[in-house]
Amino acid sequence: MTENIVVTSGKGGVGKTTTSASIAVGLAKRGKKVAVIDFDVGLRNLDLIMGCERRVVYDFVNVIHNECTLKQALIKDKRYETLYVLAASQTRDKDALTQDGVQRVLEELAADGFDFVVCDSPAGIEKGAFLAMYFADRAIVVVNPEVSSVRDSDRILGLLSSKTRRAEAGNSKVQEHLLLTRYNPSRVATGDMMSISDVEEILGIKVVGVIPESEGVLAASNSGVPVILDEASSAGQAYDDAVARLLGDERALRFTEAPKKGFFSRVFGG
Amino acid sequence: MGIFDFLRKGPQNTASVAKNRLTILIQEERDRSGRGAPDYLPMLRRELLEVIRKFVNVDANAVDVKTHKDGDHDVLELSIALPDKATAAGSA
Repeated sequence: MTENIVVTSGKGGVGKTTTSASIAVGLAKRGKKVAVIDFDVGLRNLDLIMGCERRVVYDFVNVIHNECTLKQALIKDKRYETLYVLAASQTRDKDALTQDGVQRVLEELAADGFDFVVCDSPAGIEKGAFLAMYFADRAIVVVNPEVSSVRDSDRILGLLSSKTRRAEAGNSKVQEHLLLTRYNPSRVATGDMMSISDVEEILGIKVVGVIPESEGVLAASNSGVPVILDEASSAGQAYDDAVARLLGDERALRFTEAPKKGFFSRVFGG
Repeated sequence: MGIFDFLRKGPQNTASVAKNRLTILIQEERDRSGRGAPDYLPMLRRELLEVIRKFVNVDANAVDVKTHKDGDHDVLELSIALPDKATAAGSA
């Protein structure tokens, strides 16, 4: 059985592509056969984060328009042989995607024995975002502890429960997971940032992972190595925990408490 | 918190302000889109309409079924618009 996982958020810049790349790598690392698809037609970026931008020959839109086979367009990852990337088109517009075309590609991946297809949604709630979520079995809603991101996430949760194939069939639901990114425990401690439980309470859904704000994320995207592979960084370790939880493991949250202050800074502030 | 913090106090605890604003806003937006309402509402509405129509000839949209929150309680609100005397007599 192939599971389609959409990574979505509504708001842009919250970490969807970073998350898609790390989740896909994390699943492949555990031996799963994984395809990760960039649905952001016109603004291709997943290839850069995955570090395969020089190897894109054909893209998702080419496959949908029968200009090449799916096999030709799937880029095999250099690190994990069960991991494939399907890039977005850089030259076409978002109308180049069709529901039938997306369905055909997903069915072909399922027939090819893929365990997971990770769909990296574009920001917004237009066609690309709609198609990325339509066939989903599960959704990872990426949210920052910030007002506009939380509000947009609630919109997306509403769409997941009404505008997806599962919702329309009426007999099952898309399984929703919340992933809190750019979390800064020190700012939460001083009351400047909403906490995990604040966001969970507002949205009425539990987090599957909390990714701390980390220098590792920029370093990873600079070098085209998904941050989950940076085992020294807190973000990488937190992504690894999140993947384990997605697969049913129980793991306690890490990196969610502010570092303890020394005596001096406690007395004099800091 | 250090003992000299009072010297540089700005507006405190904006996170709780954010949480309060979002809680109100999202509840309103969910109410407006009918989200979070129980899935039996459309069926309940249809059956109520059938029962009422056995006795009174009302419009197809005469029955309105809504839920909303009142403090800790969920309130089920029914409103049924009966036809005015003239149309009722005319259709009888």
